[in-house]
This record gives sequence, C-alpha cells and structure tokens, in this order.
Amino acid sequence: MSDATIAPDQPAPTELADGDTLLRVRNLTKYFPITKGLLARTVGHVRAVDDVTFDVIKGETLGLVGESGSGKSTTGRVMLQLDKATSGTVEFDGRELTKIGSGELRRTRPRMQMVFQDPHASLNPRMTVGSIIGEPLVEHTNMSKSDRRSRIGDLLDIVGLDAKHANRYPHEFSGGQRQRIGIARAIALNPDFVVCDEPIAALDVSIQAQVVNLLEELQDELGLTYLFISHDLSMVRHIADRVAVMYLGKIAELTDVDRLYTRPRHPYTQALHSAVPVPDPSIESARERVILTGDIPSPANPPSGCVFRTRCPIATDRCAAEVPEFRELEHGHWVACHYADTEQAQLVDELITPA
Amino acid sequence: MTAGNTVLEVDDLTTRFHTQDGVVHAVNGVGFELRAGEFLGVVGESGSGKSVTMMSLLKLIPMPPGEIVGGTAKFEDDDLLQLAPDKLRAVRGAKIGFIFQDPMTSLNPVLTVGKQLTESILLHTDATKQQARARAAGLLELVGIPDPIQRLKNYPHELSGGMRQRVMIAIALACDPKVIIADEPTTALDVTIQAQIIETVRELRERLNTAVIWITHDLGVIAGLADRVMVMYGGKVVETAPVKQLYAEPQHPYTQGLLGSLPRLDQKGQQLVNIKGQPPSLYSEPTGCSFAPRCPHAFERCLNEVPPLVEVGHEHAVACFWNTETGAPRDV
Repeated sequence: MSDATIAPDQPAPTELADGDTLLRVRNLTKYFPITKGLLARTVGHVRAVDDVTFDVIKGETLGLVGESGSGKSTTGRVMLQLDKATSGTVEFDGRELTKIGSGELRRTRPRMQMVFQDPHASLNPRMTVGSIIGEPLVEHTNMSKSDRRSRIGDLLDIVGLDAKHANRYPHEFSGGQRQRIGIARAIALNPDFVVCDEPIAALDVSIQAQVVNLLEELQDELGLTYLFISHDLSMVRHIADRVAVMYLGKIAELTDVDRLYTRPRHPYTQALHSAVPVPDPSIESARERVILTGDIPSPANPPSGCVFRTRCPIATDRCAAEVPEFRELEHGHWVACHYADTEQAQLVDELITPA
Repeated sequence: MTAGNTVLEVDDLTTRFHTQDGVVHAVNGVGFELRAGEFLGVVGESGSGKSVTMMSLLKLIPMPPGEIVGGTAKFEDDDLLQLAPDKLRAVRGAKIGFIFQDPMTSLNPVLTVGKQLTESILLHTDATKQQARARAAGLLELVGIPDPIQRLKNYPHELSGGMRQRVMIAIALACDPKVIIADEPTTALDVTIQAQIIETVRELRERLNTAVIWITHDLGVIAGLADRVMVMYGGKVVETAPVKQLYAEPQHPYTQGLLGSLPRLDQKGQQLVNIKGQPPSLYSEPTGCSFAPRCPHAFERCLNEVPPLVEVGHEHAVACFWNTETGAPRDV
C-alpha cells in the first residue's frame, strides 16, 4: 500500500487505521494570528497545527506526544471544537464537526469530553464538588434533583472518592483527588471520547500511577476512547495502543505502540526515545544516545521543507526544499520523512529493547 | 566512584516554617555525608523536604517564617549553620554553587549574561575585570555554549531555556566550587533539551572534581549520573544507597513503591503499583514513621516510634522497622 499516501489536496484514499473509526481527522490546520499595534494588524501566524491527518479508533487510546510547542494540546482542543479549525475536517462518528451549527454541536458535546492538565485551574473554587460534577447533568439532561444527586454520588464512588464529599470545595482536596473530580465530571454524561490533556503532568509520581490506573479501569468499564496527550513517553508507552509523535505542528510518525517504541523510523522519534532517561543505572550508563543539537524553532517561522531538518542529524538539501509526505511505510506505520525507509534513518543500532 | 574525603557532613538538621495555619515540620532530623567529587542524587516528591534541606544549609530559606531549629552542617572545619553572615557569604557562590530549577526566574532579566557571570568572579576572587571576562567566556564554552564572547553581551530573554540553564551552570562553576547543589535543574526543560544538559553535566563530571548534590523527583534522570542516591519522605531520609544497589534492591517500602509506580520506556504491559493514599501532612511533628499510613507492611510499632536510619549493607541504610527481604520485623 505504498501508494496510499495523503497529499494535502486530495481526500484520504484509505482508512488510516484498522477497526471502527470514531474520529476522522483530515488535513487539520490551526493558525493563530500574531497581531501588532493599536489596530491589531495581523503580521503573521503561529502555525500551531499544520495539516495533520489521523484516525481515532473506537475503544483505543491514541497517545499524542511531543515537546512543548509541538501543537499537541491545540490538536486536542480543535478536535473538540473548543478552538475553531483554520482548515481541515474533524469527523466524529460520521458527522463533520467543523461545519455543523452550534445547536447540533451542543447536542454532540456530551459524547466528547476533556480532562485538563491543571486540576487547580480547571475546577471552579466557588462551586462544591457536587455542583461541579453535576453541572453537565444540569446542562445536558432532564434529570430530577434527586436523580442527579444519586448520579453524583455514583460518579464520586466510581473515581474512588467518598460520596459524602459532594458538599466540599475543591481546595479541600489534594492534586490527585482534584484530578479524580475532573475525571468524574468528564464521564458524567457517558461520553464516547475523552481528550486527556496532560492529565498527570502536575501530579507527584506516586499519585500519577493512581490516576493512570483509574483512567485504564474506566476505559475497560465504560468502553471509552481516549486521546492521551502527554510529553511523558514512558507513560504513553504504558497506556496507549497507538501513538502519534508531533513536532512543530506536524505529525512526524504514527503507528502502534510496539512499533513506535521498538522500531521507530523517524529520526525525531528516535532522538526523543533516546533522550528519555530510564530508571535503571546499568542501562543508563551503557546507552547509545542521539543528542539533538539546538532548540525547537519558532512555530511562527517554521523551517522550509521538513520542519525537523534544522535539528536532524541526517538532513540533506532535499529536506530544505521538499515537505516530506506523510506516507505509509508498512501497514499501519506512517512516517513523514524522506529517508525513513533508508539505512541512514536508523540512527541508533540498538534501542533499549523491552525486557 | 571517587570516594574521597568528606566535604560536607550534615547531622540532625531540622527546619520548620511558622505559618498562619501552624508549624510546618519541613525537615525532621536529616543527616548525610558528601564526599569530594561525589555525585549524590536526592529523590523525593513535593513536600519531602529535599529542597528545604539543601537551602537550609546555606540559609537560603526566608527566615522568618523559616527557622533552622537544630543540627550541624560541617564544611571545611566550620559549621555552616553557625557561620557569621559575612563568612557564609564567602561560602555561597564561591565554595558551594547553587543551580535553581527555573533559569528564567533565577537570572536577573536586566543584566547581561556577562555581567552576571563576572559578578561572582569579581566578588570572590582577586581577578581584574578583564580576567573575569575571559574566565566568563571560558566558562560558557565549558558548558557548551557556542560563540561565548558574543553571548556575554546577551540578556537572559535572548537565550532559550536550555541555554539559560547552561548559563546557570556556568555561574555555579564560576569560582571552582567544592560542591554544587542543583535543585531540579532539568525539570522545566523539554526532554531533548534535558538530554543535552545531562550530557554536558556528564562531561563536566569527568573534567572537574566537584561534588554534586542533584535534587530531583525523577528517578530516571539520576540513574545514569549519580554515585549514590538518598530518598526523602516527609522531611526525613528513608533510604540511602549506592545507585545500582538502590534501583536493584530497594529496601524501603516507599522506594519500592516509587520504582513500581514508574512506567518504563523499555518495558510494556507492566501493572503500575499504586502507592495508596496521600503524602503526609507536615503540620504535626511525626510520632511514628511518616510513610506508615500508606505502607503495606505497617504494624503497630511504625505508628508509635520513628524508625532510625540503620545500615543494612555496604553504604546502604534504611529507616524502616520491617525487613522486606525476610518478611519480618527488623531487629532495631
């Protein structure tokens, strides 16, 4: 299927993944204007997300990894129509979200929810936990007050909090508990799809595992589909079924978790992989490393051709001239690199292999 | 490992903060040794007292509300905690360098990099301005900043996060310190930039004989750097061991839980271990083991008695009444 490539100007000829597709994202682009002066003249654009194409399969966890500024959070927000896409389409269960009216979008909202990164900023400090979790029920259902109260109790119970705590305020809870409240709110309306935007980044290590285990349990019980946005490659390996790696607004590589972590083909994925320290001194001291030079370029002024070329150890003139196609190297393994299928794209002979 | 002479010996350090809500028992009798040229990793979660311990040594905590209640910190025949302010100032930045987590807030935004680098050289040595500037350029080169002479004229905002952290390292190294204390120096950086900094530190270690205390919450970061690791919880040292020993045979239930709760890049399908419950409140003085409420092995003694740090192997000490190897209470 080497001809099954996605060019910006043609619709996707094949499915990007096997299984029932829940979301179909095609050529999604989000530019934020940079304005200047009193009249807020637009002088340029931050290309937060630039022509991104992927599918989300029913019941899977799709990991979206990248460093700060790679556009991973914006991708999640645009998918949920929290930010309006500049161009491209997001199809949710057969419905094109970027085109539908606000009323219909509102009726779709209960099926797509979000868990935010900062459990301190995403919960209203003046609302009780019960009213925070109950708010989506008030907005989107006709439940009676008593039904609502019992549903709130059930939800608190599901996320491992005491149902008696519904009358307390967010500040009375620790970071991990607050994240549980945020999760309870997200699942209150029995959604199909939840975007988890760095849900554990603000938490201590021992609490991170608690929250991730909870997310996994809920997925099994409620059949949820997750987009798990994170900069933590180790955690994504643990939780995701497939992973997309983003760099400067583009997807560099997308494949199932096993292939991404054992046979990554994009130089950036390999460098990212080798930059993550492993909590094992004997492995750490013996590891072969790809150390990237320099910093991520500004998304307001991305490099021509391949966006990664300024830091890529194998970049050539062709990389500056031509934008690499996001192509399917082998079934289900998508890479945006001219040289992904050549010898020189294998930067390290041996990645640390799974034990 | 370069097991030289002891350069820093801390004993029974206790720091409290007097806040509106009550007394915070941040550090409760911490003791450790640091040898010349040694790399000590200090691991703990937020509130474990790892930063306050190191800041207390140089009296870098705000006092009040902070108060160093007791303890000693022997450095070059002096007790740092008893030193007069001017003597302490001669130690800070010269003999003990400090690298903070966030280079954006710890560098002065209105002074050039060169000014900030030469400041401590001029203050602590007899160098002339010209010599100081040459040394500053040399330091920038040492920490891997290209075009150092040009960079001296830059302001912090003109540099990227990784470059700023390199400048911080250069400042800490400015007067050839005996000890560098680095407080989560890579936490604010992206992984590829973190990898650059770690690589630079690794190279510097081989060239300089400076002892390093590296504070972190990330057991991965220090795995390839440290000689010895000290694990802190609830303002106390709960375990300390040579790095390989600690990761291979952790003895304290907290260390075991912490390692078990970490997902690993090189492994898949592992079940993450939950450490149940929450970190301890520090508003009351611990009457037993701080970890007892979350510990799977806790028994009555753990609630009533504070476990002492006892040697269980070569340079391996643990503060726990339960022997996880034999599955029986420890005889201490």
